Amino acid sequence: MTTAAAPRTAPAPGPTPSLSAMTWISIFGRLLAMQGSWNYETLIGNGIAFAIEPALRRLPGGVHGEAFKTAMTRESAYFNAHPYLASVAVGALARAELSGVPAERIERFRIALCGPLGSVGDRLVWAGWLPASSLVALIAFGNGARPIAVVLLFLVMYNAGHFGLRIWGLYVGWTRGLAVAGALGNPVLRQGPAYIARAAAAIAGIAIPLAAARIVGGDRISLGATLLAGAIVAVGLVRVHGRVEGWKLVLVLIAVFALVSVAR
Amino acid sequence: MRELLPLAMLGGVLGLDVVCFPQMMISRPLVAATVAGAFVGDAGTGMLVGASLELIALATLPFGASRYPEWGSAAVVGGAIAAALHTQPASTVTIGVLGGLATAWVGGWTLVKLREWNAFLARRKRSALDHGSRGAVVGLQLAGLTSDFVRAMLLTVVAYALLFPVAHAMAGLWSFGEVTSRAVTVSASVAVAAAAAWTIFHSARGARWYFAAGLGVGLLLLAMR
Repeated sequence: MTTAAAPRTAPAPGPTPSLSAMTWISIFGRLLAMQGSWNYETLIGNGIAFAIEPALRRLPGGVHGEAFKTAMTRESAYFNAHPYLASVAVGALARAELSGVPAERIERFRIALCGPLGSVGDRLVWAGWLPASSLVALIAFGNGARPIAVVLLFLVMYNAGHFGLRIWGLYVGWTRGLAVAGALGNPVLRQGPAYIARAAAAIAGIAIPLAAARIVGGDRISLGATLLAGAIVAVGLVRVHGRVEGWKLVLVLIAVFALVSVAR
Repeated sequence: MRELLPLAMLGGVLGLDVVCFPQMMISRPLVAATVAGAFVGDAGTGMLVGASLELIALATLPFGASRYPEWGSAAVVGGAIAAALHTQPASTVTIGVLGGLATAWVGGWTLVKLREWNAFLARRKRSALDHGSRGAVVGLQLAGLTSDFVRAMLLTVVAYALLFPVAHAMAGLWSFGEVTSRAVTVSASVAVAAAAAWTIFHSARGARWYFAAGLGVGLLLLAMR
């Protein structure tokens, strides 16, 4: 008599199906439009189906086959993820569909993947890499860099991370299939946000006074007064965090200042 | 107003980048306002507005379904207005930032409406989607992308056409000096940026000390000039 232990980890993926270079280019191009039909009901569900569709054409019967239509129905359902890390889901789901994984497993996998891909991406990109890239460009601006240099510095730095993340996501999703969850334990994804946050905090401290100095362009007293006033208002904004949106407050303050300047 | 058509196209493309395609962040204020300024003939003034808006934009993170300002088209409007008024430097940055913020507010509302419109289109195609229609999936995606481009283009046109005459009139009546005007605008921008840095990065251990250390370095660099 033999006893089989229950598997503690996700099963190893089956043999990798193959896709042509043109199919990969098509999938990657469509990944860039992942949020093209973002809405409050299916979120990026349609975007997932749109991105996977070039791969699904290889299913038996092609685009008119029952397998293709069933897969498209499944993949266009509700899905939520960070748009860049959705590439992980696209790679994994494409492989699962082409490998003939049972529908119930694919649906469970889609549901399980939503949360991690959303929260990891938000912390890594929106609250980490984006502000860090922006602040580095503001340091260059504050040091007198020309407009073209500032713009290029920001775009090159940000998009190195952006495209790198999308390409990595598609690669690990495709190579690991439904076992991709392990890849989300990658140190960059787990610890990266904290490291980037610390670096971005330091960069923010350098960037803010330098950028302010270039915009104000006056003497040291004017700049000192500007930074002091900014610091006082900042403390107030931190205290009312969550109750007042800073950008709306700024809109009101500058509008009042403009009215006074015009009316007096 | 000869610049209206190219600005509309620019606003459409950069507005599309915010959410739909390709999210390369060419829509960030620092980029969008600088490019818009270049379109009108003064990239430097556009960049001053872009940097001010960028400091403010640090506080608004585009998390999923949350409502946030649409900075792409807004920065095009703000940067272009400031660049067009560059001969009256006392008010340019302040008026550009004001125009950008007002447009960003309306832009955030139009994004919400776009998402509702996309949901409406998806409901209409529900039956086809349930039957695995490739045409429905691709059609919805293209409809959403087109709608977003048109949204951003119209927003840019309407905002610039409405705000530029007002901005021009305000610049003529402006009474504060250049340094004072910029100092007030930058104080507000700096406040939002510093508060954002303090709150966004606080979850990382020791991040506030890193911020304080960076601030010390930044102030030291300024003192050494």
